[in-house]
Amino acid sequence: MEAFDYIEMKVPAKAEYIGVMRLTLSGVANRMGFSYDAIEDLKVAISEAVTNAVEHAYEEKESGEITVGFGLYEDRMEIMVADRGGSFDLEEVKNGTGPYQSDEPVEKIREGGFGLFLIEALMDEVKINNKYGVMVIMTKYNREEEVDMDDDQISTIQ
Amino acid sequence: MNLSVNVQEDSNVKVLEVSGEIDAYTAPELKETLMPLMRESGNEIEVDLENVQYMDSTGLGVFVSALKASKESGSHYTLKNVQDRVFRIFEITGLSEIIEIKAAIRGGNE
Repeated sequence: MEAFDYIEMKVPAKAEYIGVMRLTLSGVANRMGFSYDAIEDLKVAISEAVTNAVEHAYEEKESGEITVGFGLYEDRMEIMVADRGGSFDLEEVKNGTGPYQSDEPVEKIREGGFGLFLIEALMDEVKINNKYGVMVIMTKYNREEEVDMDDDQISTIQ
Repeated sequence: MNLSVNVQEDSNVKVLEVSGEIDAYTAPELKETLMPLMRESGNEIEVDLENVQYMDSTGLGVFVSALKASKESGSHYTLKNVQDRVFRIFEITGLSEIIEIKAAIRGGNE
């Protein structure tokens, strides 16, 4: 199995901890050498996932906690966000998500529904498991090292 | 990770100076200030986001609600000095098409 470092945190399912998660992630991603823009993308993605978990806990009237795990691999970071509330209808959530289409009347735009869409737009891979509570697993590759790998160098290797 | 919202009244334009990070924790504060202004008729509002370095979909939700309210009341708002990172969120979601946004001023030019 591929070697990786793993960091896990548990926070109360409350909105005031979303910023704490964002700061923690920022530190971890910085340590891994992610670019400024990639770190900003990661911050939005983790906030969206934690926000979903907080809202979910609120709807279920639970005062639970959210578990966030960071898998630090050589070439990527895997982030897991899980709450232990009841499961939800994934298809329904997916149908209610997406960008604004210019033919849509303003009254029809959903105030929510951009969260999952943003996660999918900003991360490289997203998996959602809702068997026991809701778990979002999202991956972002660290492409920093590829920056100076131009065509010439690749042909030299070949 | 806090947010502050100040309203400056400049002749007939009300300027909302927002600074901090807009997420699920802080968005209600923005909403509480912005929405009553949008529900009044004939308001012209500028939301200055120069000091907002972070915003996620909860912020988008507030601006979508504001847009809906403004259509009913006949008020109007624009976002100004929107930072690159924040603008990107509006762009990815397609909302930059319907919300009037002036990006951050760079080197004296817009």
